[in-house]
Amino acid sequence: MLLSIQLQREFGALLLAAVAACVAWEDGDVWDYDGHKLKDSDFLALWPLPQKVQSSAVSFQLSASRFQFTHAEGSSAGSDCSILQNAFRRYFDYIFGFTKKDRDQRRRNAAGSEVLELQVAITSPDAECDGFPSLTSDESYELSVDQPSAVLKAPKVWGALRGLETFSQLVYEDAYGARNINKTGVSDFPRFAHRGVLLDSSRHYLPLKVILANLEAMAMNKYNVFHWHISDDQSFPYVSRMFPDLSQKGSYHPYTHVYTPADVKMVIEFARMRGIRVIAEFDTPGHTQSWGFGQKDLLTPCYTGSSPSGTYGPVNPILNTTYDFMAGFFKEISTVFPDAYVHLGGDEVDFSCWKSNPDIQKFMDQQGFGKDYSKLESFYIQRLLDIVSSTDKGYMVWQEVFDNGVKLKMDTLIHVWKGNEAQYQAEMARVTGAGYRTLLSTPWYLNRISYGQDWRDAYKADPCNFTGTDAQKKLVIGGEACLWGEYVDASNLTPRLWPRASAVAERLWSDQGVRDISDAYVRLVQHRCRMVERGIPAEPLFTGYCRHEYSGV
Amino acid sequence: MSSRCNLRFLIPGLALLLGGVPSVLAVWPQPQQIRNSAERYSLSARAFLFKHADVSAVRSGCDVLDQAFTRYFTLIFPESGGGAHNRYFWTEADPFTVEVNVAEGPCDGYPAEGSIENYKLTVSPGQAVLTSVTVWGALRGLESLSQLVEQDDYGAYYINKTEIEDFPRFQFRGLLLDTSRHYLPLQAILKTLDAMAYSKLNVFHWHIVDDPSFPYQSRKYPDLSKKGAYHPFTHIYTQTDVRRVIEHARLRGIRVLAEFDSPGHTQSWGNGQPSLLTPCYRGDVPSGTYGPVNPILDSTYVFMANLLKEVTSVFPDSYIHLGGDEVDFSCWKSNPDIKAFMKKMGFGSDFTKLESFYMQNIVNISTMLNRSSVVWQDVFDYHEINRPRYVVEVWKWGCYLCEVRRVTKAGLKVILASPWYLDLPGPTHDWARYYNVRPLAFKGTEEQKKLVIGGEVCMWGEYVDATNLSPRLWPRACAAAERLWSDEVQTSSVDQAFPRLTDFRCRLLRRGIQAEPLYVGHCKNEYQGI
Repeated sequence: MLLSIQLQREFGALLLAAVAACVAWEDGDVWDYDGHKLKDSDFLALWPLPQKVQSSAVSFQLSASRFQFTHAEGSSAGSDCSILQNAFRRYFDYIFGFTKKDRDQRRRNAAGSEVLELQVAITSPDAECDGFPSLTSDESYELSVDQPSAVLKAPKVWGALRGLETFSQLVYEDAYGARNINKTGVSDFPRFAHRGVLLDSSRHYLPLKVILANLEAMAMNKYNVFHWHISDDQSFPYVSRMFPDLSQKGSYHPYTHVYTPADVKMVIEFARMRGIRVIAEFDTPGHTQSWGFGQKDLLTPCYTGSSPSGTYGPVNPILNTTYDFMAGFFKEISTVFPDAYVHLGGDEVDFSCWKSNPDIQKFMDQQGFGKDYSKLESFYIQRLLDIVSSTDKGYMVWQEVFDNGVKLKMDTLIHVWKGNEAQYQAEMARVTGAGYRTLLSTPWYLNRISYGQDWRDAYKADPCNFTGTDAQKKLVIGGEACLWGEYVDASNLTPRLWPRASAVAERLWSDQGVRDISDAYVRLVQHRCRMVERGIPAEPLFTGYCRHEYSGV
Repeated sequence: MSSRCNLRFLIPGLALLLGGVPSVLAVWPQPQQIRNSAERYSLSARAFLFKHADVSAVRSGCDVLDQAFTRYFTLIFPESGGGAHNRYFWTEADPFTVEVNVAEGPCDGYPAEGSIENYKLTVSPGQAVLTSVTVWGALRGLESLSQLVEQDDYGAYYINKTEIEDFPRFQFRGLLLDTSRHYLPLQAILKTLDAMAYSKLNVFHWHIVDDPSFPYQSRKYPDLSKKGAYHPFTHIYTQTDVRRVIEHARLRGIRVLAEFDSPGHTQSWGNGQPSLLTPCYRGDVPSGTYGPVNPILDSTYVFMANLLKEVTSVFPDSYIHLGGDEVDFSCWKSNPDIKAFMKKMGFGSDFTKLESFYMQNIVNISTMLNRSSVVWQDVFDYHEINRPRYVVEVWKWGCYLCEVRRVTKAGLKVILASPWYLDLPGPTHDWARYYNVRPLAFKGTEEQKKLVIGGEVCMWGEYVDATNLSPRLWPRACAAAERLWSDEVQTSSVDQAFPRLTDFRCRLLRRGIQAEPLYVGHCKNEYQGI
């Protein structure tokens, strides 16, 4: 009875989920079948915690030689749905990992309390098997584990992927090494639609393998956006078809330290298979030193006194050639990256070089900008936004673009990254007050490390903690964990990111009321061991051990 | 949007912007004397030979050198695949020959306190001559030699004309791993030993047991790991494992210093050894919890003597680390038997006296077993009169050099660890902090300074296991390694060290050591794992 009432309320909530994440709906409480409230960690380490879980002590076995994933009758997805077919293989491996064969067939009890299959039913007419995930993708799902069949229902494949992850997390190894799962009901959907991880492949080049492994880990944490900060001052590893000199001359090495079109395609497809969007960032007009090597006259020549100093500053905003280049470049980007959004950067522009350049000064006079170089920056960004709009893409920008008063389309996403807690909360209020959608990163700069359990700070931060109306809070679409690359490369990226990014993942997925830090600790310890078992070198939270330690030394 | 937290390091970083990492002709840690010349000789894996000098006291059949030749061949020519190269020697007319001349045998021994690690290396046309007193010095020289070999833009190997005369500033250059807070798979330990050899560190301090777990599988007391390890089969070190670590270390000239820390830090011991730990009381009744080792029972000392006897038979080093740090007195205070004992001994209510009493007994056991004891500074601090001869490891923060001064003034040897707690806070780029340490910058006599036998990098395990150990250790531990090996005046500049260390870090990556970056940039061969 209780279950059905709650489910009803949740179906109502589902429709709102994508936009109403900040409006508290329902505690993420967990109930047993007798209606007793359980402590979340009493039974299983689900991470991030689903919106609603009902579990019982009744357990079933799973046999590696008999268990199957199947497409339910009436499902709009079938064996031609490569996203699901691939996911079935992946999750079979996760679930049965070390034992592809049953350890002890004879132990099977005659009563046959065994889950023989997980039926996956995509309930809406278009499963989106061949599509790409988007900001509005429906990721909700319902899972019912019983014998002999467990059933996973989701409107779209994206929700099915999330449900498969949850299903795999419900499976546990008993003392005999056999796989078990308890009778369970899960009804789940994300609190926020945009749950991202930023990786920086410019400060250090990240081999493809590292990016793919982290996409795997993201899927384990129900992340759905890979924000690829692909270029910056230090190097330009993206191989452009139209402007090959950019990477030829601007990467650390033109063959070993670049992402070819095939690499990029592979990342996008690998991500799609896991319901993860790839949002590329090509940050301008600052953070572009590396662009200058392969694109003559793109950057502003700096002057010492009246002669060029030989160094270069931000993109030169006063030349038509600049905009011709940007139009060509972003046209290519819009075809390479299928996502509806592209991140245009716009942060930390250093004005000193512009100030030194006489042509720029003249232009400032002509335009009537006076000495206000942020007006010049706005002038550039404005034209860039128009160019990108013409490619039918939406855009994300760092908060400075908003702060500087650039005229933005109303569908622009403002990425908040600066300041202390009070400052970012005020910024969130300002951005949403102006009617823009926003996402938060300030408390989730995971490249910053300190001694001890700093995952707790990440866990405690909440994007909706600011003063504003419900309407404003609805404009918060989520957040991103950022791992900037100054001190990070393949050698230390993965353990630095995980499981600290898992803390952020739960904040962005689970109900606002899921905040108990000691409960989270217990679950996260187990979740990190699960990641380790799946081959992700996620670092420990504190003293202790995992049954299967990391063996990739 | 990126954090710009440390401007100081942007400056050396900027020099490297986009230009890639310049190849720095350098050896890490910096040799005492090195003369490079621009003259270079090309090397080929098919014409390269290690041989023993005719006058050398050590010949073929010396496993330390035989194995080192194989190892360094592969390190020098990483693309050769190593292995079956021997047969090529005779197909080439004039192989480049590395002649090794060791003055003294033997080579089946263990590196020890006072082992001489000096060496001389001369690289000239067609040959390199490496002279040393012991095989351990030869190992250090081979390491330097391997670091002199570079690859040009065409991938061809070459070495520059060079003369090196080198010796360590400190004889004790250690690295501590903690296998109790988290179990470290054998592979992680062996890999760390490899990396230690690359940085010329020579003591592996194995903090093998502690409160959370007891992974050492004792022959005499198997219950200790059976009941005290995280898992009695998968999370332990068997005798074979321990032997393997010791042998792997020996072949690299590394001592293994085992630590069995007591009387505190022993919670995990209690599971497998009933009545070893002090029962704590609440009021008049035992609370069911346990404190430090019970220092008032004869059975305790019988047990400790047996255990240490076994330990000294397993670990050949002449040092044994007895711990003695951070003893929490509250449990002792609660126990009526302890209180009665205190009274009997006339200790009053000064529990540091009780700890000193205990440690005195343990040190005596170790002395009877012919071992030099190493203890954490707490033991020295508590015990002011009639101190036995032990080596004091200084680990506390604050004015650690004041403590070094006090200990040396008392005529005792010191190992310095305080400034090298690598598990402590701080982002990667704080390596300079470990580099700028000056271990002898205290007021004291020459005699006192000689008593500082070295220092040690500590990687405590609360937040570290196999997933993150390597990048957290390397290359930051390299900074300490240079401080402990090299001349302090020659290596006083962080800015000069930066490009060298950046280069060395890439070399570590090339050798499969998961060393993290110092700052933005790239290596020709990036780390290939995840």
